[in-house]
Amino acid sequence: MSEYLAVLLFAVAGIGIVLITFGISRLLRPHNPYPEKNVTYECAEETVGPSWIQFNNRFYIFALIFVIFDVEAIFLFPWAVAFGQLGLFALVEVTLFLMILFFGLFYAWKKGVLKWV
Amino acid sequence: MAEHASVGIMFWILAIVVVVSGFLVVSLRNIFHCALFLMLCLTAVAGIFITLDAEFLAVAQVLIYVGAVSVLMIFAIMLTRDLADKQIPQTNKHAMLAFLGCTAFVLGIILVLSGTDMWRWAKTPLPVENVMTIGKLLMTKYVLPFEVISILLVAAMIGAIVLARKEKA
Repeated sequence: MSEYLAVLLFAVAGIGIVLITFGISRLLRPHNPYPEKNVTYECAEETVGPSWIQFNNRFYIFALIFVIFDVEAIFLFPWAVAFGQLGLFALVEVTLFLMILFFGLFYAWKKGVLKWV
Repeated sequence: MAEHASVGIMFWILAIVVVVSGFLVVSLRNIFHCALFLMLCLTAVAGIFITLDAEFLAVAQVLIYVGAVSVLMIFAIMLTRDLADKQIPQTNKHAMLAFLGCTAFVLGIILVLSGTDMWRWAKTPLPVENVMTIGKLLMTKYVLPFEVISILLVAAMIGAIVLARKEKA
C-alpha cells in the first residue's frame, strides 16, 4: 500500500502545478478582453468553421480493435507479474492465447479494415 | 495504525471525488465534458480499489474503463454529427424518473447489505501479492478459461468488424 504514496505525490504535484501556475498568472495578468482578443489563435489566420466538427467514421473501427487488445493486455498483466515463477508451459499458453488473438487481427487486415482509404 | 487512518482519509477524499464527478457527469450541458468527468469518476474508483488492496481490480479499472471504454465514448461523441449544435437538447425530461430509480436502487442495495455481513469482508486484508496469485492461477488451474477468453475476444472483434463494415456499405 505504501508504495502508492509515490502515485499520490505525483497526483498532488500534477494538480498543484496546474493550479499554482494558472493561479499566479490570474493574479498577475491585466484583465482587458475585447472581441479580437477572444478569437481562437490560429497563427494569424482567420478561423474557418467551428472547432466542434464531425470526425471521420473510420476512426471508430480502430477504437473497437483497440478495446479488444486492451482487454487482452489486462489478461497478460498477471502473467507478466508472475512470469519469473512460471515455467515454459505458461509461455506456451500465452503464445497460444496471442496466436488466437492475432487471428482476429489477421481477419481485420484481410478484410481491409486497417487500410486507410 | 497511522497507515490505517491515512487509508481512511484517502477513502473519503476519493469517495467525494467519485460522487461529485458522477453528479457532474449527469448534470453538465456539454456531453464531451460529461465524458471527461466520467473518466475522473472511474479513476477515483480505481483509487478506492487500491485502498482496499485490490491492485488487479485497480489496474483493470484504469486500463479498461478509463482507457478503453472512455475512448469508445469520446470517439462516439466526436463522430456524431452536429454535436455542438445548441438546438439539440443533450438531456431529456426524465430527470425526476431517473432520480427516483437511482434512489430506489441505492436504498435496495443498502437494505440488502445491512441484512448481511458481506461488507465486513473488506476488513480482512487481501494477500499482498494478489496480482501474482492471479497470474499463477490463470496459468495452472484456470488455463482452459484463459484460452477460451482469447476465443471470446476474437469473436467480439470479428463481430465488431462485421457490424462496423455493414454500416458503411
